[in-house]
Amino acid sequence: MGIAAEALKDFKGFSLKKLPVEEPLSPGHRACQGCGEVLALRLIMKAIGSNVVVCSATGCMEIITSPYPQTAWRVPWLHVAFENAAAVVSGVEAAYKAMNRKGIIDSPDTVFFAYGGDGGTMDIGLQALSGAMERGHNFVYACLDNEAYMNTGIQRSSGTPYGAMTTTSPPGKKSIGQSTQKKNLPAIAVAHAIPYVATASPAFPVDLMNKAKKAAMIPGPAYLHVYSVCPTGWRHAADQTIQVAKLAVDSKVFPLYEVIDGEYKLSRKVAKPKPVADYLKAQRRFRHLTESEVAKIQAKVDADWDTLVKRCGAEEAPAPAKEDE
Amino acid sequence: MSKRVGMEVSIAAAEVVGMTNVDVIAAYPITPQTHIVEHLSELVADGQLDAEFVPVESEHSAMSTCVGSSAAGARTFTSTSSQGYALMSEICYIAAALRLPIVMAVANRAISGPINIWNDHADMMMSRDTGWVQTVAENGQEVIDLLLHAFRVAEDHRVLLPTIVNLDGFTLSHMIEPMFLPEQAEVDRYLPPYVPKLRLDPAKPITMGPVGMPDVYTEARKAQDEALKASKPVILEAWKEFADQFGRQYHPVETYQTEGAEHLLLTMGSISETAMTAVDAMRAAGKKVGLARIRLWRPFPADELLAAVRGAKTLSVIDRAPAFSGGCGPVCCEVKSMLFDGGCSPYVWNYLAGLGGRDVTVEDFADMVAKTSACADRGEPMGYEFLNARE
Repeated sequence: MGIAAEALKDFKGFSLKKLPVEEPLSPGHRACQGCGEVLALRLIMKAIGSNVVVCSATGCMEIITSPYPQTAWRVPWLHVAFENAAAVVSGVEAAYKAMNRKGIIDSPDTVFFAYGGDGGTMDIGLQALSGAMERGHNFVYACLDNEAYMNTGIQRSSGTPYGAMTTTSPPGKKSIGQSTQKKNLPAIAVAHAIPYVATASPAFPVDLMNKAKKAAMIPGPAYLHVYSVCPTGWRHAADQTIQVAKLAVDSKVFPLYEVIDGEYKLSRKVAKPKPVADYLKAQRRFRHLTESEVAKIQAKVDADWDTLVKRCGAEEAPAPAKEDE
Repeated sequence: MSKRVGMEVSIAAAEVVGMTNVDVIAAYPITPQTHIVEHLSELVADGQLDAEFVPVESEHSAMSTCVGSSAAGARTFTSTSSQGYALMSEICYIAAALRLPIVMAVANRAISGPINIWNDHADMMMSRDTGWVQTVAENGQEVIDLLLHAFRVAEDHRVLLPTIVNLDGFTLSHMIEPMFLPEQAEVDRYLPPYVPKLRLDPAKPITMGPVGMPDVYTEARKAQDEALKASKPVILEAWKEFADQFGRQYHPVETYQTEGAEHLLLTMGSISETAMTAVDAMRAAGKKVGLARIRLWRPFPADELLAAVRGAKTLSVIDRAPAFSGGCGPVCCEVKSMLFDGGCSPYVWNYLAGLGGRDVTVEDFADMVAKTSACADRGEPMGYEFLNARE
């Protein structure tokens, strides 16, 4: 049995009737209306609980939760810079390890959690994250992926999907918008042979919380790639956040899966996939795309899904959690 | 009782850091700092030091890991040089702003380009305004003494600032020198266990590193300036106690033959000992020459330096880094500013010397004094030059 499987053998999932009451990330922060990222972060914090040290990359979640002298954090929280959340959490974890061993503190069950956006994780923070995963620190890292540098005003990142309009990938006579394909960071995390990697979405809150809890329970590095809808940057109404997030999963654009001890496992089958066009049409960042471009994106989504299903082997995905329906 | 040993300075530095019972060391290899952290990793591997050695993937992550570690309440050490120092400098500013008592040994090395692994002070000058306490060693004994002092000062609740000990790359880091290495009991007597004032603890949550809007940013920066200035009495107190215990007394500005001196040299670091030899020779030849050496680089010891140079007719300031087109090197700029504020106006000539590992000899110091003196006599405008630079 692998490290993750061993740690999860007594795992019991959350249910909607018995969700933790605590809110380590409290209300009253300054996120935009309809922010899917802060919703995801709030759910992750509920799942991990209060015996935690949180390390934040610079970004929306840092700005909106910590305008001095206010703070939305009810747990210890440290922000240092943009590209180094994984290195900072490495230091916190190393300090706890040393101080626990030397009898300076007695805090063996504290969870070490770091998060960053797609820019802070997939671009500028990739080296620090790779280093921390390779060294095997006991930490949870969440990439809260809203598919562009939203905090600085919607610039493209390596997490921006093909065809999307951003302020540095504008469509024009000679441009389709973002000209490159989205970087597959979960696969990069898997390549580090860490015990746990998962994708999750706030539109499926119980699944998201279960994955965050599992990530916290497993010794060693755990990586969560969390779909984080951004109405401001994606150009849709603030009340459409959950709809868009559901469409992403139901059109196979953002598949939900886990990789436990290197074994891929689909979290959610998509029996009757919605057309990718439905997902694209829901957001004005894609409105310049022609039918032929939409067809190309559909083909890529289908091919990626097939690759993922093959990685998952013959094993059938479990039925979706009832609570998330 | 300290025992006298012959040892490579980097190894001795690591031995002393080990004796502080440091909890976390995060480091990345860069010449000429490497021997320090190599030996620390050996101490950890052999079980002589109970610490987490975090072999990070860059200096940026080294300082980031140190920030996380220190914020969690652990005694924390790292070491770097040159390009590595440049890479981590973003986080050095933040470490000071967060008031984290990290201790770092910097084996000073030139900054690229061209790439050059040898000693000068460009890295020290580049990171002048990160807000750290900074001291400068002239020999191996001072490296280990100043390292102990650094932990003592940094962790004092009246200071709580990260602290650097600067030691010249190769000319100190790789030398085998005779040194008095302290016993463990002596270290324990001088350096109490680290008690953090605040730490990241789920039992008592704090928010560290929040956003500072325009209405508080100025005050935050002012508070940091005041904190660095307020560290000085503690630095002096810790040196006094060091002298009481170990018999070696350090000062913010060290002087040599300054009594009655008309012509003063001003140096930092290991070339100071060469300068002393030069001063001896010049004094023997009847010239009224003395030497002032900056030991405490930050907080800048303006009062002590002014007292040391007041009365001199000429000042030959040696900078070991250029400040391109700035009118003079970085040390000289500060010295001139201090002289102006202090109403003191000797003739100042600035020599950019010992760059990228070039030796500065006894004869060079004699030439510098002679040239400055001659320029002063001729009433030439003050200025700077790259010493012995070929056209």
